[in-house]
Amino acid sequence: MGKYLITLSSEGSILRAWNLPDGQMWWESFLQGPSDSKSFLFVPTSSKADEDNTILVFGKGSLHAVSSIHGDIVWKVDFPDESFEVQEVIQHHDSNIIYVVGFVGSSQFDVYQINAKNGELLKHDSAAFDGGFSGEVSLVSKAKLVVLDAARSTLLTISFQKGEISFQKTYISDLVKGFSGMAMILPSKLTGLFAVKTITATTFISMSSEGQLEVVDKINHATVISDALSFSEDRQAFALVQHGDSDIHLNVKQNHDWSSDLLKERIKLNQQRGFVHRVFMNNYVRTDKSHGFRALIVMEDHSLLLLQQGEIVWSREDGLASVIGVTTSELPVEKEGVSVAKVEQNLFEHMLKVKGALMLASAEDLAAIKGMGLRSSEKSKMTRDHNGFRKLLIVLTKSGKLFALHTGDGRIVWSLLLNSLRQSEACENPTGINVYPWQVPHHHAMDENPSVLVVGRCKPSSDALGIFSFVDTYTGKELKSFGLDHSIAQVIQLPFTDSTEQHLHLLIDTSGQAHLYPRTPEAVAIFQLEFSNIYWYSVEADNGVIKGHGLKSNCDGEVANNYCFGSREVWSIVFPLETEKIITAITRKSNEVVHTQAKVVADQDVMYKYISKNLLFVATVSPKASGDIGSATPEESHLVVYVVDTVTGRILHRMNHHGSQGPVHAVFSENWIVYHHFSLRAHRYEMTVIEIYDQSRADNKDVWKIVLGKHNLTSPMSSYSRPGVTTKSQSYYFTQSVKAISVTSTAKGITSKHLLIGTIGDQVLAMDKRFFDPRRSLNPTQSEKEEGILPLTDSLPIIPQSYVTHALKVEGLRGIVTVPAKLESATLVFTHGVDLFFTRLAPSRTYDSLTEDFSYALLLITIVALLVAIFVTWVLSEKKDLSDKWR
Amino acid sequence: MDKGKAVMGSGRRWAVDFTDNSTLPSSRDIPDPPGFSRASQEQDDSAVAKQKKDAEANWKAQKAWEVAQAPFKNLLMMGFMMWMAGNTVHLFSIGITFSALWQPIGALQGVGKVFEPYKDSKVDLLVPKLVFIALNLGGLALGIWKLNTLGLLPTHASDWVSSLPPAKEVEYSRGGFPLL
Repeated sequence: MGKYLITLSSEGSILRAWNLPDGQMWWESFLQGPSDSKSFLFVPTSSKADEDNTILVFGKGSLHAVSSIHGDIVWKVDFPDESFEVQEVIQHHDSNIIYVVGFVGSSQFDVYQINAKNGELLKHDSAAFDGGFSGEVSLVSKAKLVVLDAARSTLLTISFQKGEISFQKTYISDLVKGFSGMAMILPSKLTGLFAVKTITATTFISMSSEGQLEVVDKINHATVISDALSFSEDRQAFALVQHGDSDIHLNVKQNHDWSSDLLKERIKLNQQRGFVHRVFMNNYVRTDKSHGFRALIVMEDHSLLLLQQGEIVWSREDGLASVIGVTTSELPVEKEGVSVAKVEQNLFEHMLKVKGALMLASAEDLAAIKGMGLRSSEKSKMTRDHNGFRKLLIVLTKSGKLFALHTGDGRIVWSLLLNSLRQSEACENPTGINVYPWQVPHHHAMDENPSVLVVGRCKPSSDALGIFSFVDTYTGKELKSFGLDHSIAQVIQLPFTDSTEQHLHLLIDTSGQAHLYPRTPEAVAIFQLEFSNIYWYSVEADNGVIKGHGLKSNCDGEVANNYCFGSREVWSIVFPLETEKIITAITRKSNEVVHTQAKVVADQDVMYKYISKNLLFVATVSPKASGDIGSATPEESHLVVYVVDTVTGRILHRMNHHGSQGPVHAVFSENWIVYHHFSLRAHRYEMTVIEIYDQSRADNKDVWKIVLGKHNLTSPMSSYSRPGVTTKSQSYYFTQSVKAISVTSTAKGITSKHLLIGTIGDQVLAMDKRFFDPRRSLNPTQSEKEEGILPLTDSLPIIPQSYVTHALKVEGLRGIVTVPAKLESATLVFTHGVDLFFTRLAPSRTYDSLTEDFSYALLLITIVALLVAIFVTWVLSEKKDLSDKWR
Repeated sequence: MDKGKAVMGSGRRWAVDFTDNSTLPSSRDIPDPPGFSRASQEQDDSAVAKQKKDAEANWKAQKAWEVAQAPFKNLLMMGFMMWMAGNTVHLFSIGITFSALWQPIGALQGVGKVFEPYKDSKVDLLVPKLVFIALNLGGLALGIWKLNTLGLLPTHASDWVSSLPPAKEVEYSRGGFPLL
């Protein structure tokens, strides 16, 4: 609107005006109303910037008129009927009457006439229609609406302006031949024209001023139309995009003239991007004063394309803003066979580099070295490197597109819109769930490609049937895909692989049956060996129950095959719903590597960590405190945390934080848990650490017994042996609120750990685990200081240098994923939100490799100089010996 | 140690020269002059030689004892240097400790060689050798003790268990919230 942009947010309760040139907020007004309802913003089209216009806002159940200059509410109308739902607000250029039309319930149509100056309710008409309405409204002219009836087979034309409401029925089958099933009105705002979509085709229907309907065109391809755009005095145009075989056709038509096109373009799409979902138009004046049009189209994979003059001017993969699953894949191994020319080239390059390093290179050589670096930048190569820094990040987005991103420079190596996650006959509205590594070849790394498994389901509800799709991570091709005959409630990656190095996966359906994949006899044989030791558990937050299950040898249901297993309930923990509500449950990452079970404390003493993957951290809050911070008093809110053994259901640790509440963000690694919560008493966020130690191994302290191997430290551990544990815990204040917590992970688990905290400011903060050590005390002894224990402080320091995102922001941060590199000291961190961020961290510095700026030249020179010195002194001493003998 | 050896070597060569060159060949080739009684001369000679040999044996024994006690001085010096080096692990203290360990070991390996010059049927080398070995063992013990005070000896349970991997778990359990 002129130079202001008006936004309506927070479910129609906050209206803001922004200055377009500099993005400053101009004014803001809060709208209040009796009830929550659909919100609706109507800005008069004819408004000029300097005039005082009223903006009409429907929100919170009432209509507000807001001044566009200073945002004051001029008047407010509450509609008598509470369930009145506004569909359109119509105001004519010159009249002072505003028409508000909408439905009450599903079968009553209401029109209100309101004085635009003072908000006086002038007239109220209402009429009922037996067939009911089905929601979508297309305003065809100023006094006519087109609606579908509830059965979606009849078009209703409603005219309302002359004071009375009249309905006119038209059967779609009369207009469109061979119509059956359901129809849909495509959302559009064109005068005198609307589009009806049926299963087979899209039909454009025009309406004359008398209300006569007439079919203008029928297009069999998938079609999308834009809103009308007025580009000169009383001329309006709209864009229509339809799909050809491998390209899309963009037609720009004038509103009243269907037969001619203002613009007709055909654009080749070289990439698989799916169907066009939306199209937006914009016009410009060419140098010859004629009108040109450009169109912004939104594709099925959520990418944006700007089309102008038959070309894609730019494109953006905006699907990457909604990442739902991340996994990594190694890059191909560098092939050995190298040609002679390549070797020569390499030698030449090496010579140049050595020259550069020794500072002997001329200016030309330096330029050549720089160019070389840019051309074959080491970090963006498509092969595996020695340190394991180069990997592919396989990312699944909400639109069902899979991307492979190179960790070196973040480029998209390949992308694939998964056919199995697109709308089809079998699956109406498929969604992706997650992506898992499926086959990771180590033995045949040279000639076999790794693959990932994409798991999805047909509908967004939990009982929908599952979908599997396997994708080769080197080529980005879908290997195979199939629909499953059961639903998916859990995907459990088992720690076994078969002879082709495919990972075994156990899928739990909603009825609690387990299905084993891959479906091969070999996989079943491997699975049977460990059958009795495999358990699974489910957390039901609504019922406040955690249940543990074992497996039975065969399925109960009708689908009895070798790959299906039933479950039996082993244990359950029931939380009383009146006092406790489960808000968080996390466990350790299944692929985390731990180097040692012992923790050496001051004076060479040993504590044994209780390292088990079968532990679950659960946090519950009192139901009153489950809302926002401030909704409950400290007396009525409490936070209880549990550590549960998921094999036996035994509770190893329970702690109650009085006067604390969620949300709880937690991370579980090795034998410790760190979680973040809000303390209502202290009015501050707190972070608490729990460390779990094994008491049953604590007496392994005799050196000789350990040297001779007479200890129980390496004997397999079973949860049924009820190992005694002790826990230590400590809390600290933390000034920031948190969006996600993660922890660094390294290849062998030797390197010390850093916590990665996604802060509310969309940054990632790395904090040393030593800050979260329950053995911290106010005055550590000398030996404790030597061990590295920090003196206890009540709050955790935030060191600005330890933001791993530096000055950058990862907008809308949602998750932090850490992947170990091959080099033990390094860990790779991938952060996703609307933005994506990737970095490499070395929590204990790079102790196992030389830094990049290490002077190899100096080392080389030193070695050579030493060799020369040795040789010279040897010759001299020989000479001296000889002359001595002659004397 | 080296000095004593050199002195002893030259002394012995001189004694051999004396007996070989002057007495034996003359008695063979040239007849005794008249009035010369060989018997008394020989008797006298043997007495002198015996005396000489006794003196040599005494001297050898004395030298052997000296050699045997030499490590003691070394020990004292090492102790002083170790005390100077302090108890923290750095280049200097490690260097001293390892030299303190290496010297006795080298000396013990060369026990036979060190006492070879004093080998004599009349001299009992066993006791000096034992003393020498004991003193060197003392030096070795001192070195090891120093190593321990530096914390470089695996004498604690913690030194042995940190390399042990975590115990394997029998059961495997996974799960969580139902996927949405």
